[in-house]
Amino acid sequence: MSPTTGPVLLGMPGRPTTSPRGVGNLRGEETFPQAARHALADAQLRRNLGHATATIRAKRAAVVAERPDWEELREAGRQLKVHTMAHLPDYLVQLEAAVTARGGVVHWARDATEANQIVTALVQATGAAEVVKVKSMATAEIGLNEALEAAGIAAYETDLAELIVQLGHDKPSHILVPAIHRNRAEIRQIFLSEMGDVDPALTDDPAVLAGAARLHLRRKFLSAKVAISGANFGVAETGTLAVVESEGNGRMCLTLPETLITVMGIEKVVPRAQDLEVFLQLLPRSSTGERMNPYTSMWTGVTPGDGPQAFHLVLLDNGRTAVLSDAHGRDALNCIRCSACLNVCPVYERAGGHAYGSVYPGPIGAILSPQLTGIEDNASLPYASTLCGACYDACPVKIDIPTILVHLRAEHTEAHAREHKVPSPESLAMKAAAYVMGNPRRWTLALRSARLGRLLGRRRGVIGPVPVPVAQQWTGTRDIPQPPQQSFRDWWAGEHRPVAAARPSGEPGPAPRTEPDRRGQDRGAGS
Amino acid sequence: MSTARDEILRRIAAAHTAAPPPPLAYADIERGYLTGGEATGEALAEVLVDRLRDYKALVRRVERTQLPAAVAAALTARGVARLVVPDGLPPAWLAETTVDVLRDGEGHRLGVDDLDGADGVLTGCAVAMAETGTLVLDASPDQGRRALTLVPDYHLCVVLPESVCDDVPAGLARLDVTRPLTWVSGPSATSDIELERVEGVHGPRTLEVIVVHDTQD
Ligand code: SF4
Repeated sequence: MSPTTGPVLLGMPGRPTTSPRGVGNLRGEETFPQAARHALADAQLRRNLGHATATIRAKRAAVVAERPDWEELREAGRQLKVHTMAHLPDYLVQLEAAVTARGGVVHWARDATEANQIVTALVQATGAAEVVKVKSMATAEIGLNEALEAAGIAAYETDLAELIVQLGHDKPSHILVPAIHRNRAEIRQIFLSEMGDVDPALTDDPAVLAGAARLHLRRKFLSAKVAISGANFGVAETGTLAVVESEGNGRMCLTLPETLITVMGIEKVVPRAQDLEVFLQLLPRSSTGERMNPYTSMWTGVTPGDGPQAFHLVLLDNGRTAVLSDAHGRDALNCIRCSACLNVCPVYERAGGHAYGSVYPGPIGAILSPQLTGIEDNASLPYASTLCGACYDACPVKIDIPTILVHLRAEHTEAHAREHKVPSPESLAMKAAAYVMGNPRRWTLALRSARLGRLLGRRRGVIGPVPVPVAQQWTGTRDIPQPPQQSFRDWWAGEHRPVAAARPSGEPGPAPRTEPDRRGQDRGAGS
Repeated sequence: MSTARDEILRRIAAAHTAAPPPPLAYADIERGYLTGGEATGEALAEVLVDRLRDYKALVRRVERTQLPAAVAAALTARGVARLVVPDGLPPAWLAETTVDVLRDGEGHRLGVDDLDGADGVLTGCAVAMAETGTLVLDASPDQGRRALTLVPDYHLCVVLPESVCDDVPAGLARLDVTRPLTWVSGPSATSDIELERVEGVHGPRTLEVIVVHDTQD
């Protein structure tokens, strides 16, 4: 039976099904401006973030500059994603068939609750009381660890940063480096007080801290019966899954246990194996600023005598189809989770990841979380941006984040106007902005002539005037950056030329801590 | 009763009805990026060596006839006493070393504790991508199953000239992705602490590569 022929499909579809409330980690307890205020008051946090994001920006810029075909790679990545999203049912069914043919078992989960139930039951069926985990955004999104814990199953995060977060009873604050808000001294303290088996003479040298993590997890890896992972890519043509990582904890989890359970968002499918040549060039350079990440594992179903002999793939919706139903917002699904947009975002750099309240922080979080949950549950996130455009320029698959932000703001103001049955001049302003930003030429003109801040804002030149309490909180948060006083390109050129200590304009306060330079490249950092 | 599978596929179809996606056939996707350069032979090997060193891998370059001596020298320098090798490793590679060899293969699998107790592992590789310094293991007989190159703390990998290719597209084209693949670019590393790269976490903390070349005229 073809799933696309149901009579309910014709005519206006009903309200798209978003991620359920009360489960998972897509919603914060506070609005962005409220949460950001805590972060802005924390000088240590801002120093840690400033230092880390400046480091990664410089590394990324260097390896991107090595590729004369970077723009062609980005365009190929974008088109591959657009094509895939337009043919998603075909590719998912093909992936399912290929995985099944190679001895894997495919499960489908409508939402976080269902995915957690499926995984919990699979673990229980093995009799294991604990599992090892590879860092995975999808399982963080659905709150799998909490669900397993409720069922009496201990889930051990094995990625160093996730381990730091887990031991610190903390929340992740970055897609790639979830413990980016912690510096080495804080990490040392967490290890000393929480690991139990650590040498009291532990120093805060990153190599020593990594060594402590190696010792701490070694036995777990060698004895684990069940592992849980995410997937960066799933190849429809062959049923091959790919996990990109650095530390080898991924390889441990994907190779040594008897049972492997992989939770993959439906948008992670790619048509053919050859397409990996695009994404495996874009992803490492954009995310860790390396030509290639240390380890990438690929597996197809079950291979007799090599690796897990039971493999389950859980395909997750959890609001993704709702995103797909918005022509202006659906490109958010094209994200390959590289985190480049976080590292270049002046708002992220100051507010930090926790302020976004979701496992997806930064610019991508600002467009993805509200669409996965429905705008009303994350209404303040589309305003968590200066619309400076740095994220769009950095994105390896060319997601036009600023335009989607403006679209979501318009959607929010419209929804608000509908609810309150009052005319909403703001929704008109947002629509005008969406029109301007929908075309590169109009956008550049607007930047030059009026600056978008003036285009959008009327009170105090602040971008994002909204007729809701969010606005008062937002504009009341003094430290949130004003709109750029110059075009982004000018600002970027002025601020980011030196390798070290890049700060958004107007930022007072201490310079980020810079390490004593080991490679003799601290030119320009002496100011 | 509707299954989750049917419902998700139905939701996607409904989304496509509500917001028709732009038509873009697979064949029409623009692939203007570079695939394979002009460099060959020695020039490629030089790029590979440069990239490997950048990742803090140890590198030896030898002529093919010198390979057994280079293997022996690397194992001695590292102080390896117990070496894991896959069954299909060319026996000649071990001709000049006297270390204890633990063989893994069909019917005589080493346990994880054997692997953990060994000082290192010696393998070949399927493909080496020069531009990114990436060695790909595909579980061929000279590489063995994935656990062999994962648990020991030292991995000595031999790259023959015929496995060296230019870049990711060229390398991927040579691989069968349905085999279990491990792409290795340097020793295990982390950037999780202040985004500073540190070599050596859970995978082998030392990667040593012997890049073999044929005698030049
Ligand atoms: S939106 Fe683009 S830049 Fe941001 S994480 Fe996703 S792929 Fe990377």
